[in-house]
Amino acid sequence: MRSKFAFFLISLLSGLLFGVGLAISKMINPEKVLNFLDIFGTWDASLILVMASGLLISAAGVYWVKRRGNAINADLQLPTKTEIDGRLVTGSALFGIGWGLAGYCPGPVVASLAYGNTEAMLFVPVMIIGFYLGEQIEKRWL
Amino acid sequence: MTDFTPYSAILGGALIGLAAALLLIFNGRIAGISGIVWNTITQTGWERAWRLFFLLGIVGGTYGWFLLSGETPPIRTGFSTLKLISAALLVGIGTRLGSGCTSGHGICGLARFSKRSLIAVVTFMFTTMLTAGVLRHAL
Repeated sequence: MRSKFAFFLISLLSGLLFGVGLAISKMINPEKVLNFLDIFGTWDASLILVMASGLLISAAGVYWVKRRGNAINADLQLPTKTEIDGRLVTGSALFGIGWGLAGYCPGPVVASLAYGNTEAMLFVPVMIIGFYLGEQIEKRWL
Repeated sequence: MTDFTPYSAILGGALIGLAAALLLIFNGRIAGISGIVWNTITQTGWERAWRLFFLLGIVGGTYGWFLLSGETPPIRTGFSTLKLISAALLVGIGTRLGSGCTSGHGICGLARFSKRSLIAVVTFMFTTMLTAGVLRHAL
């Protein structure tokens, strides 16, 4: 890492953009998310546009970093796992059920803490307990 | 009922993508929220600190947007607490086992053409839609 100050500044700035993006796109509204998921009911396709446009810009970043071979202010740390295993599929399936149950995935629910959303204030600590349980399951049985 | 809002969706999505690109280009890190929240708890020193700055940014960005735009934040009332708690546990356990959520696998992983992320996204989009559909129409 070349500059710790720049590293922290970029982290904060990236978080800020992420938060504004979640608010502008209205993805912090769990009902909007549930309406996207509910194709055969009150379908609201907004989420797919959020994903598509986010993906496009993110892919430009990936392209840039891969061409340069490294990041500007630190070493590039990309996930190294490549195998498709039962853990990945089971975990993702469980996450999906949880997401569809209440309409919150981790980003939006953290962002919702900003305006004292009582659902988020309950959800986030319980989700962290879930992270801990997930770690334990992984350590003991997998 | 919520309206289809294509312009705000594209603009908001672009900002989320920009956030991910910025973190990757400068800091070489993946903007995966589930991992960042968990590592904020388990890591120490500056590995914890940058993640705290990032999360502070998310909350601050959302707060700032509502403060400046004058929009009313969405508040849902009367939602089942039991459902909320079950959902939170499943999201927590699932993203740990599956190594990521919508941001890490969706926005970042798909952008890297990661096969694991593609499998993860297809899997969680399927179970999410199934769950939401069953809850609304079958129960």
